[in-house]
Amino acid sequence: MKNLQIINIALFLILPQILFAQIIPGAKQSKTVLITGATAHIGNGEVIENASILFSDGVIKQVGRELVITESATSLDKIDATGKHIYPGFIAMNTRLGLVDIDAVRATRDFREVGAMNPHVRALIAYNTDSKILPTVRTNGVLMAQICPEGNGISGQSSLMALDGWNWQDAVITADQGIHLAWPRDYRRTGWWAEPGGIKKNDKYGDQVEKIESYMMEAKAYAKDNPINKDLRMEAMKGLFDKSKKLYVRTNGAKTIEAAVLMAKRVGVEVVIVGGNDAWQITDFLKSYNVPVVLNPPQSLPNHADAHIDQPFKTAGLLAKAGVTVAIAQGESWQNFNLPFQTGQAVAFGMEKEAAIEAITLNPAKIMGVDKDYGSLEPGKSATLFICDGDALDMRTNNLTEAWINGRAVDLDNHHKILARKYEAKYEQLKSE
Amino acid sequence: MTRITKLILFLMLGTTLQAQETFPNNGAPDNTTGKYAFTNATIYKSYNQKIENATLVIESGKIVSVGAGVSIPSGAVVKDLEGKTIYPSFVEAYSNYGMPEMKKAEGGWGGKPQPLSKKEGAYGWNQAIKPEWKAADYFTIDKKVSKEMRKLGFGTAMVHSMDGISRGTGAVVTLGDKIEQKQLLKTNAAHVLSFEKGISTQNFPSSLMGSIALIRQTYLDGQWYASEGKKEERNLSLEAWNEVQNLPQLFVTRDRLEILRAAKIGNEFGKKYLIKGSGDEYQRINEIKSVAQALIIPLNFPKAYDVEDPYEAQVAELQDMKHWELAPSNPSRLIAAGFNIAVTTNGLKKKTAFHGMLRKAIDAGLSESAALRALTIEPAKMIGADSWVGTLEPGKLANFIIASGNIFKEKTKIYQNWVQGEMHEVSALPGESIVGKYDLRIFRQVYDMEVVEKAGKPSAKLIFNDSISSKVNIKYNKGQLTLSFVPDGEEDGYRLAGTKNGKNWSGRGQGSDGKWLNWSATYKGEVEEEENKDRIEKKASTKEKESASGMAQVTFPFLPYGWTEKPKAETVFITGATVWTNEAEGILENADVIISNGKISSVGKGLSAPNGAITIDGKGKHVTSGVIDEHSHIAISKGVNEGTQASSAEVSIAHVVNSEDINIYRQLAGGVVASQLLHGSANPIGGQSGIIKLRWGLSPEEMKIKGADGFIKFALGENVKQSNWGDNNQSRFPQTRMGVEQVYVDHFTRAQEYATLKKSGKPFRKNLELEALQEILESRRFISCHSYRQSEVNMLMKVAEEFGFRVNTFTHILEGYKVADIMESHGVGGSTFSDWWAYKYEVDEATPYNGSIMHKQGVTVAFNSDDAEMARRLNQEAAKAVKYGGVSEEDAWKFVTLNPAKLLHLDDHMGSLKPGKDADIVLWSDHPLSVYAMAEKTWVDGVRYFDREKDKAMQADIEKERARLIKKMLKEKSDGGDMQAVKKKWPKHYSCGSLEHQEETTTHKH
Repeated sequence: MKNLQIINIALFLILPQILFAQIIPGAKQSKTVLITGATAHIGNGEVIENASILFSDGVIKQVGRELVITESATSLDKIDATGKHIYPGFIAMNTRLGLVDIDAVRATRDFREVGAMNPHVRALIAYNTDSKILPTVRTNGVLMAQICPEGNGISGQSSLMALDGWNWQDAVITADQGIHLAWPRDYRRTGWWAEPGGIKKNDKYGDQVEKIESYMMEAKAYAKDNPINKDLRMEAMKGLFDKSKKLYVRTNGAKTIEAAVLMAKRVGVEVVIVGGNDAWQITDFLKSYNVPVVLNPPQSLPNHADAHIDQPFKTAGLLAKAGVTVAIAQGESWQNFNLPFQTGQAVAFGMEKEAAIEAITLNPAKIMGVDKDYGSLEPGKSATLFICDGDALDMRTNNLTEAWINGRAVDLDNHHKILARKYEAKYEQLKSE
Repeated sequence: MTRITKLILFLMLGTTLQAQETFPNNGAPDNTTGKYAFTNATIYKSYNQKIENATLVIESGKIVSVGAGVSIPSGAVVKDLEGKTIYPSFVEAYSNYGMPEMKKAEGGWGGKPQPLSKKEGAYGWNQAIKPEWKAADYFTIDKKVSKEMRKLGFGTAMVHSMDGISRGTGAVVTLGDKIEQKQLLKTNAAHVLSFEKGISTQNFPSSLMGSIALIRQTYLDGQWYASEGKKEERNLSLEAWNEVQNLPQLFVTRDRLEILRAAKIGNEFGKKYLIKGSGDEYQRINEIKSVAQALIIPLNFPKAYDVEDPYEAQVAELQDMKHWELAPSNPSRLIAAGFNIAVTTNGLKKKTAFHGMLRKAIDAGLSESAALRALTIEPAKMIGADSWVGTLEPGKLANFIIASGNIFKEKTKIYQNWVQGEMHEVSALPGESIVGKYDLRIFRQVYDMEVVEKAGKPSAKLIFNDSISSKVNIKYNKGQLTLSFVPDGEEDGYRLAGTKNGKNWSGRGQGSDGKWLNWSATYKGEVEEEENKDRIEKKASTKEKESASGMAQVTFPFLPYGWTEKPKAETVFITGATVWTNEAEGILENADVIISNGKISSVGKGLSAPNGAITIDGKGKHVTSGVIDEHSHIAISKGVNEGTQASSAEVSIAHVVNSEDINIYRQLAGGVVASQLLHGSANPIGGQSGIIKLRWGLSPEEMKIKGADGFIKFALGENVKQSNWGDNNQSRFPQTRMGVEQVYVDHFTRAQEYATLKKSGKPFRKNLELEALQEILESRRFISCHSYRQSEVNMLMKVAEEFGFRVNTFTHILEGYKVADIMESHGVGGSTFSDWWAYKYEVDEATPYNGSIMHKQGVTVAFNSDDAEMARRLNQEAAKAVKYGGVSEEDAWKFVTLNPAKLLHLDDHMGSLKPGKDADIVLWSDHPLSVYAMAEKTWVDGVRYFDREKDKAMQADIEKERARLIKKMLKEKSDGGDMQAVKKKWPKHYSCGSLEHQEETTTHKH
C-alpha cells in the first residue's frame, strides 16, 4: 500500500509533464550517431544483416558490416540496434497530409481550390506543421510526404515535405515539384440517387481530353514566349517544359493511362500515373515509355466485380516484377500511418519484400527527383531513417524506437499516446481513490 | 362461380356495354347488331384448343358460337378467312394505359424535409399509401396507345397508376376506341402494391426496409381502424385499404429477392400475392416457387454488349453477360417449375419489340401453347377477366385477332384486331395484296417489275439484270394504283394511274413530255424470297454453334464465384497446426482440429482421423474460429438508413438482406464467418439488425442466424444531429446532443405507456415502432449504439438505467477509453475501430489505444469494420490492439472472434474452438495477426465456402466464361443484332452514414 502511494505520488509529480508534453520539432544534429547490429533495409532492394550506420551533420557517412570509426567514443551517440531493423524514412505520396485536419470540418480542408485549371496553386502554402496528424503518421515510419492539391482538371502543385518542422519553409524538401491533373473519366456514373443509371461511357470524354491537350499546347507555346503581361497559370506550367516539374495524372483504366501517357509524350512533358488500378495490364507500354506509377492503396476492393478478389493486393507486385517503377500510396491524410501495412499487404500477395520497401522509399524519391539525397541508406544521402523493433511492414512488429529526418531526432510521441496517457492517469487516480 | 357473382356479372355487363344507351341520341340511334360470321378459319378457341376449318359467329360485341360446322345465322356479314388464323386477343395484366401521367412535385431531398403527406383531405399520413386511388375513376381512352397495343394483338388490359406503395386499384378495360363507358369492364379489379414510393415527396420511406415497415404497419392500422380507429377518426385511406383487401393483390417487384420479401409480408398478414416480376426469377427459382405461384413477367431481354474493345469490355460484368444469354429462358424455366405466368409488354422501351422477344423466349424453350396461355387465359384469370376474355367461347367478348398464320412466326401478320365486336385493321388482308412479279407494258416496251411489301406497304422496282434496277414509287388503295418511275439509263420517266382487275393492272398515264398513254401490268407469279431463306439458314447455324459452345449456368448466387451444386458440411481433420482455441486451453502448438456435421467435434493433440474425414496438413499453419464483424453494412439491398425520422425502430435490415453481394465472398476470403448487418446512423433510434452467417449462395432467409437475439441500432452525435448534412437539414429534432437525450426519454416513456396499455386489456393500435422499443425495455432486444463522445455515451447509459435496462454495445465508441470504468460497471461492450480518427470533429480525440484501455478496464472489446474492404482483413486490425497498448496476442485475437460473438449473444455456439460449437473455422497460412497471413480455407457450419485452391480454379473459369460470352456477343454484332454500349451497375458500398441519396464523397461518413 505504501509502495503504491509512493508510486502515486511519483506519478502525480510527473503527470503534468506527461500530460502537457509538447511535441517539439527535432534539433539540428550535433553529435554523430552510430547504429550497430541492425538489419538494414537499404531501400534499393538490398538488405545488410548485422549492419552499422554512421551519420553526422544530417548526412549518412557510412553503411555496412564493418565501418571505419574515426570519431572518439565520447563524441559518438552509440545505439545498439541488435535484432532490430533499420529503414530509410518511408515516403507517402499523393497525400493531403497537413492540408486537412478534420475531414468533415470545412474550415480545416485546404486541399481543393475552386476552378478547373489551377496550376498556379501551391500545396505547401497550406501545409500545417502543427497538425496533430503528422506525428501519428511518422510514429509508424512515414517521415516524408508528397502533399497534393486535389480536384478536377489541374488542381495545382505538390511538394515533398518532411513530417516535422516549425513551419512549411523548413519542412519543405522539394517545392512545387509536380503539377497534378485529374484525367477525364471514360466511364462515368449516371442518374441520381432515386434512379441510378449505373456506370456508362462518358460521351464527352473525347472533348474533355482534347481540351486538356490544347491547354498543354498553349502552355508549351507560352513557355517559349516572354509576354509583358504574365499569366500566372501559364507561368506555373513552364516547369513542365524545362523538366523541373513532372505532370502527375490521376487515372485508373488501361485505356485512359495510355491516353494520358501519349498526350504527355506529344506535348513533351514527363508524366507520372497516379491511381493506376489497371496499370498491371499494360506494363510493357509503361516500360517502353518509362512511366512510373504511384499506385492506389493495395487494401482496396477490386474495381471490377469479375476481377480477382485479391487483384488490388497483387497489383504492386505485378508492376514491380514487370520492371515498372512503382510507388505504393495510401492517399488521403491521417490514414498514412497505415502506409507500411498497405505495403505489407502487397508482400503477402506476392511482392518481393525489399521491392515493396523500395516502393515506399527509393522509388518515390526517384519519381520526385530527390533520389540523390533521399530514399535509401547510402553514404552521402540525408540521414532520414528509423529503427524498428521488427519488420516495419507488419503491424505485429512495427514499433519504432528512434527516427531521424535530415539527422534531426524525431519525437515519436503523438496525440494518440498523449490521450492514452491522460486517461491511463485517470484510471490510476481512480485506483487510489 | 357463385350465382351471385354471375348475377353481378350479368348486371355489370349490361350496364357497361350499353352505357351509351342512357345518353341522348342525336338523330336516329344506331341499332345495328354487329352480326358477323368468320368462316373457313383455323381457330384457337383457347391456348390448347385449335380447330381447323372453323367458324366464329359474333353478335353485339359477343361471341355467339365457335367451332367446326357452326351454322351461320341469317343477317350475318360473312367473312371468308380461308388460310387465316383466329386467336383470342391478348390480355395485358400490367399496364398504365389510359392513366394520367404522374409527375413528381417539387420537394423531396433537394429541398426542405417533408415529414407528412401533402395530399389534402381526410387521407392517411403517408403520401405513398393511396388505396383510395381507383384507376376506373381516371381512365380515359388514349387512341395512340390503344392502337399500338392492338397492333401487337392485345384486346384487354388491367390498367392502374404505376405510382406509390399502395397504388390503389386497377381497372379492366378493353382496348377499343369507342367510349370509356363501353371500354371499362371492371372497376377495382385488383389492389396493387409495390416497394417504391414513386412521386411522393414525403421523406418517409427513403429505403426499401422503410417501405416494408410502412406496408406492415398499414396492414396493422387497417385492422385497428376496422375495429377501433373508426370510432376516433375518419381516415379515407384506411377505409379504402380495408375495402381493397378482398380483391386480388398484385405485388410489383424489381428483382428476384423482392419477390421473397413481398411474400414474407404476405405470409405475415395472410395474403397470397400475384407477383409482377422483373425477368430474373430464374436466378432464385426454387425459393420463389416456395412462396409464389402466379407471376406476371416482362420480356425485356437485354441487348448484347458491344465488347470489341478488350479494355472497355472489362466494365461489363459476368452476371450481366450471363443474364443476356439466359434471360430469354426465364419464361420456359418458370413454366417448367410449375408457375402460372402471364407475359407483359411492360418494361420494353419499344413495345414493337414484343413479338421478337416472344420468339426469343420460344427459341429458348417456351412452347407455343405455353406462350399463348401466358398471353390469354392466364392474365385474364389473374385480373379476374376470364369470364369475358382469354378464350373464344360463347358469351365471352368478341375480342380476337385475325392473323395470317401462326402468331409466333416472324413472318406472320396480324390483319385485324376485333375489340368487343369492333374491327380494327392492323394491316390489309392479303386479298388486297399486290405482291408479285409483273410484266409492265408501256407502248411496246416491257419492263420486269417486282412488287414486295415493306412495313405493310408495297414497294416496287424495275429489274434490268442482276445488279441494275430502278425504284418505282407505288401507291395502292382498294383497287386503284399510281406508279411513277424513271427507267435506268433514261432521263425521262412515267407517271401512271390505273386499276386492278383480277391480278392484272391497266390504266393511263403521262410520259415526261406530257403525252397521255396506255399501260398494263400482267401478273407473272410470286417473288422468290432469297433474303428470308438466308436469314433462316443463318439462324440455324447460329443455333448449332450455341449448342456447341454451351450456355451459361445458373450459379448461386448469380455472381462470379457462385456455386452450381449446394456445398455440404464436411468432416475435416486438420493436423499439426497452431490452434487458437479462445478457451482456457489458449493457443495450442502442433494440435489437431476435427469438425463434423457442421460442429467442432474435437480439439487437441494427437487426435485420430474420423471415418471419411478430409485430412488437411496444418503444419506451419494456424487454425482459429472465424472472424465475426460486429458492425457491417454489406449484403444490404436498397438503403442502409431510414433516417427520415428521429426514430425508425420499426424498420429492419433483416428484411433487406441481400444474398447476391460479391462482398460476402470477398470477406469469406478474409476469414469472416458472420456479420451484424446494422442500420445506419442517421437518426438517434435507427433500425433493427440482420445477423447473418456468410453462407454464400444461400437465400437471405437461410443466411440469417436462427434464434439469434434481436438487435437495434442507436446513434449519437454528429450524424443524428445532422451536423454535416448541409443547410437544408436544420429542422428535424434533434439538432443538438441535448435534444438527443430527450428523443430517448420521450420514446421510452411512450413505450412504457404503450406496454401498460397493452397489459390493461384495453384495445390498442399495434405499433411496430413501439413494439421494438418495448422489447428493449424488457431486455428482449439489444442496442448497438453508434457513439463517439463520452458525454453522450454517459447520457445513454443513464437513460437506460433510468428505464431499467442496459445498453448492450457501444459501436465505434472512439472515446470509450475515457469512460471505460463507467462502461464496465454498466456492463456495456465496446466495438470500435482499431485506429480510425480525424474524419470528423467528434473523433478528434480518438486514439488507437482505445481498445486496449477499455480492455484493461474489463470492457468486452471488439474491433469492427463498418467497411466492406476493411472487413477483409479484420485479423490485421486485431493486431493493432497489440501494437497500440500491448494487449496479449491471445486476447487481441478475441477482439475479432469471441468478443463480437459475446456482444451479439452468439458465444454459446460461436466464437471459439470448443467441441459442440459451430464449425465456423479458418485455416490461416501464417500467424493470424500478421499482415502476411492469408485465409486459406473458411468453413461456416462445416461447409467450406471459401478455399483458395478452388478460388484459383474459379477465377480461371470466370475468365473462360467471359471469353465465351464475349465471343458470342461479337457474333451477335456481326450478325447485325441490336447492341448496347458496355455499362454496369454502380457497386454500392454502404457505411453507416450513407444516405441513399448521397453521392459518393471522399470523406468518411462513419
